[in-house]
Amino acid sequence: MTQDSRLKLNRIDQFFQQRNEPVLNIYFTAGFPQPDSTRTILSGLQKAGADLIEIGIPFSDPVADGPTIQQSNKKALENGMTLRLLMEQLKGFREEVQVPVVLMGYLNPIVQYGIEQFCQDCEAVGIDGLILPDLPMYEYQIFYKEFFQKHGLHNIFLISPQTSEARIREIDANSQGFIYMVSSASVTGAKQGISQEQLGYFERIQQMKLKNPKLIGFGISDRESFQQASRYAEGAIIGSAFIKLLEKLEQPEQDIKNFVESIKQPATQSAK
Amino acid sequence: MSEYRVNEHGYYGSFGGSFIPEMLYPNVEELRERYLAILESEDFQKQYHQLLRDYVGRPTPLYLAERLSERLGASIYLKREDLCHTGAHKVNNTVGQILLAKALGKQKIIAETGAGQHGVATATVCALMGLECIVYMGQVDMERQKPNVERMKLLGAEVRPAMSGSRTLKDATNEAMRHWINNPADTHYIIGSVVGPHPYPDMVARLQAIISKEMRAQLKEKTGTENPDYVVACVGGGSNAAGAFYHYLDEPSVKLIAVEAAGKGVDSGESAATTFLGKPGVLHGSKTLLMQTEDGQVTEPYSISAGLDYPGIGPLHAHLFDSKRAGFLAVTDAQAMDAGIRLSKLEGIIPAIESAHALAALEQMELKKSDVVIVNLSGRGDKDLETYIKWGGY
Ligand SMILES: Cc1ncc(COP(=O)(O)O)c(C=O)c1O
Repeated sequence: MTQDSRLKLNRIDQFFQQRNEPVLNIYFTAGFPQPDSTRTILSGLQKAGADLIEIGIPFSDPVADGPTIQQSNKKALENGMTLRLLMEQLKGFREEVQVPVVLMGYLNPIVQYGIEQFCQDCEAVGIDGLILPDLPMYEYQIFYKEFFQKHGLHNIFLISPQTSEARIREIDANSQGFIYMVSSASVTGAKQGISQEQLGYFERIQQMKLKNPKLIGFGISDRESFQQASRYAEGAIIGSAFIKLLEKLEQPEQDIKNFVESIKQPATQSAK
Repeated sequence: MSEYRVNEHGYYGSFGGSFIPEMLYPNVEELRERYLAILESEDFQKQYHQLLRDYVGRPTPLYLAERLSERLGASIYLKREDLCHTGAHKVNNTVGQILLAKALGKQKIIAETGAGQHGVATATVCALMGLECIVYMGQVDMERQKPNVERMKLLGAEVRPAMSGSRTLKDATNEAMRHWINNPADTHYIIGSVVGPHPYPDMVARLQAIISKEMRAQLKEKTGTENPDYVVACVGGGSNAAGAFYHYLDEPSVKLIAVEAAGKGVDSGESAATTFLGKPGVLHGSKTLLMQTEDGQVTEPYSISAGLDYPGIGPLHAHLFDSKRAGFLAVTDAQAMDAGIRLSKLEGIIPAIESAHALAALEQMELKKSDVVIVNLSGRGDKDLETYIKWGGY
């Protein structure tokens, strides 16, 4: 199986080779709002037309997250969510969901799970990549890379407006899948709308002509910010705004469909 | 190089490192590149030592506690960090880091605090240097340490309640890190203990190392030898212990005793004794021993002393534990309160409840008449008066 996965093209790469529209990546926290929401939300997002899905592993101390995602982590943990339970829930999800799926999480639950076991289980259930904000490049290369590669998992790095050009080049050289462009100096969900200063940063990165696709995340919340971001990158990531929808979910499939359409629907059809 | 010093990647043995989101990388990298050059510069050294002498009141005395010695059957010396300006060792670090922040050209300071001692020490040096100061403090701690909240405000700092999680020190640290992510350019984060991403543990240890530097000279003057048989200190994050151990780390004849808070008992479910209850994990930027669930969720510690109420210890201490260079003891709330009351009656010194843990550990040690023991009396008990009153029994 491992042998195959190294020859097989990762779903993320496959997807970016074929795409021609702006890419919408949606984040949700596993175990939120209900302990068993994971599969419902995954298939809802696939049906609604999300291009990529990011599942958050809940953690007690999510330092890079703002209040909305903090709350969803807290609720998920109160719901009894664990990484082991998530892996159980994910067994067989590839029968319903074909889009690339990545796990996002802080390092400690993964360290306790055991890094090798974790990578092996990710591969077995059909996960394509990992976003671990508190795993820096040095530690990744020394301790983790070997396991990620062995199990066909892309490691997705973040860059921010403060990241130096030299470091962006280094991250680009060591990245696979895509680069997660944090839209401003902030934790998740902190700002609404996109400022001139941010556009300047988007433009600067666009002109660097990186080899990896870029998705812009943090503070992207609606059609306007999604389209604006997509002018400078291959697409964008929406987290907190989707969590807010999940907080008051009534008819999961329909609500998720409406949400995704409200963002992806072409400008000509919108009120604007 | 000593095996107890940090290596170039920020590790003490298998502990340490720099596990931070990319958004903090430029700030932490700048610190890593510059902290040694700044700390070792002539300018810094001159200002730091001048402030320690004229402002903090150093050197702090090394005091032979005769009545306590008689009770315990050994020579017990107290390193009087409680006599520092602001009432604890915390100010040694903040004086150093404020000078560093100025050298880096930062205009704003943030800090986290548990008991409020580090918050007060930070607010103090910010007032001294005219820098803006925001201190994050768990809402629960704000209630149990009210006088310190008012002291910080009086000193001109803004105190922001951390409302997330358990609303104690761990959450205040999360909030301070989030604030730094949101304000990376003009702000320096003064971490209050030997925790956090590299270079913080090493930087804070160096700034607290003045404690053991003075101990050596003072003990030599009093007894003719620099080296005691034991150095004993309490460990929350571990900064006063790191300072008290620092110049003895490579002197194997000196036994180092680190004292953790057992709360209501190590196995009571209400404890902060990290080396007894923790496993290796990653929190607040470093790999260290951490109290956590099987799923890797950080658990809520408990101690009567807010300054020891933290679910981890600094990576240096995790390494000292792992390598057995230091012995670790656990002291309950009740043992610490007894020891605090005893020192008050025997020596006329009311210790901080954190420091009372170190004193209580002496009762667990098998001491010989010839033993020379230095206890780091990390702070004074003024801030804890309300807790002493509630506890009673004196
Ligand atoms: C008097 C005193 N001692 C000890 C501590 C514990 O911190 P550390 O372990 O970093 O010395 C504190 C923390 O607030 C304190 O106020």
